[in-house]
Amino acid sequence: MNTAPLLAVDGLGKAFDGLIANRDISFIVHHGEIIGLIGPNGAGKTTLFNCLAGFHTPTSGRIAFEGQDITGSTPEAAAALGIARTFQIVRVFQSMTARENVMVGAMLRNKRVAEARERAEAELDFVGLSHRADTPASDLTVSEQKRLEVARALATEPKLILLDEVMAGLNPTEVREASALVHRIHQRGIASIIVEHVMEGIMPIAHRMLVLDYGAKIADGTPAQIAENPAVIAAYLGE
Amino acid sequence: MTTATILSRKGVGTIALLALAALLPLAVTEPSQQNFLILILMGAQMGVAWNIVGGYAGQVSLGHAVFYGIGAYTSTMLLLTLGLTPWIGALAGGLVAAAFALAMGWPCFRLKGHYFAMATIAVAEIMQILVTNSDALEGAVGLYLPMDQSGWGVLIFLSKLPYYYVILGLLVLTVLVSWAIERSHIGYYFRAIKDEPEAARALGVSLTRYKLIALTVSAFLTAMGGSFYAQKEMFIDPGSVFATTISIKIALIAILGGVGRLTGPVLGAVILITIEEYSRTLFGSTGSGTDMIIYAAMIILVAVFSPSGVLGLLGDLHRHLGRHLPGAKPAGGETSAKEIRP
Repeated sequence: MNTAPLLAVDGLGKAFDGLIANRDISFIVHHGEIIGLIGPNGAGKTTLFNCLAGFHTPTSGRIAFEGQDITGSTPEAAAALGIARTFQIVRVFQSMTARENVMVGAMLRNKRVAEARERAEAELDFVGLSHRADTPASDLTVSEQKRLEVARALATEPKLILLDEVMAGLNPTEVREASALVHRIHQRGIASIIVEHVMEGIMPIAHRMLVLDYGAKIADGTPAQIAENPAVIAAYLGE
Repeated sequence: MTTATILSRKGVGTIALLALAALLPLAVTEPSQQNFLILILMGAQMGVAWNIVGGYAGQVSLGHAVFYGIGAYTSTMLLLTLGLTPWIGALAGGLVAAAFALAMGWPCFRLKGHYFAMATIAVAEIMQILVTNSDALEGAVGLYLPMDQSGWGVLIFLSKLPYYYVILGLLVLTVLVSWAIERSHIGYYFRAIKDEPEAARALGVSLTRYKLIALTVSAFLTAMGGSFYAQKEMFIDPGSVFATTISIKIALIAILGGVGRLTGPVLGAVILITIEEYSRTLFGSTGSGTDMIIYAAMIILVAVFSPSGVLGLLGDLHRHLGRHLPGAKPAGGETSAKEIRP
């Protein structure tokens, strides 16, 4: 068995024309873990996601996935290795039905259309969108589109899923459903890193929380530890 | 059950359409009218080929004349110099065009949207100038196909009828390739790339690879259309096969009919070629620029009234009327109907 952690980030930094979005971030994610990634707006959470998923090339530092160096790999290579993601602003394939959207994800592992369709049905069922399978993705509500993105990402059979604000804009019932969904993803053995502002959605289910502020990691611990961490409180409330 | 009915209904429709196309020349015997039908089929074939890259994959090329010209010149040069039958010459032309597509796609696909379209115009223009100045290809003088031969071997005929069946066959082949792509994972990937390229990448889709596949297949089929043009006209020069007007016409046929749908370009060809031919008889030789005026008017009409083409317009109408009728297809037209499960 592979004893390396699922994901090991070491000294990661990312700068855009002198603007430092991520600085010296290090952390580890184990198989199946639920990690909450929080921080004030502009703290560098989405940049970190983009680095992990291959959308940005880090300026410094290393990213290892199951012991393999994937720093600066392409998004398609990251997906093939088992890193899936959703987008903060949903990017569903508008001209396709919900089922077809998920089929595109499933085709990463199986190019046969009929089998991709079966897989897609299973994932739509998993996120509770079976009844919307034939609906054009553009006709879904934002909440449904967010779940569709999750289904699509899961269809790629990831080991790690990066969820970017899947609970934003949801009503309290939907937030509870989203939390339950994340928990069921965990039960499938898939690790997740969740960028979230909705604390009541993420705090109860996260095994560990990472807190970013001004591009740097300021805290890393259980939700209970984070809630009492003076640096975190300062970052959120201001000193 | 639903799938089976729809498929069989579609299948019956396809067979009926094919039979109609095959029997049409029995009713239309006037050579000029047969020529008109041939022009429609040629336009449809170009449009269906363009639709693979410009429609499904959403990479709008305004330089497809480059592939058309490569096809025409390759098969013609092989026939003139080696006496090679155009049957093989057209395949060779397709391969040369496909190789050219790979070479031009590699740098051009680094550009997105309008910039890609502009780059394709530039490539086609450069190619036209190069061929015009090439002594080996007889430059601006052009190439004549042998007038003293005819028959299926050299693919030169004295009557229009054989040309009709050859281009019908090529159109069927092009539609079949397009249909096979649409149904395979490649078709899904093309549409994903068109809709949301970044999301497609996140799902493991290599943009470069699939855009290149789209362009290469499209180039191959377009080049075969070019070879057919040479065989039918028996004369080619840079202005007749590499011209920008041809590139625009190819794209417009697909856009007018409805991009990203199998039958869109066929419908587009019927409409565009009909208007083109009528205006030609109307204005005669004085109106050498009228085709550009018509293209421009078409582009404006499509852009303003129906960006999804005539098929899109029909689809809207169908949805509008069919909402209360039993057995009406769900919104999304063809695509959704195909997805209905038993």
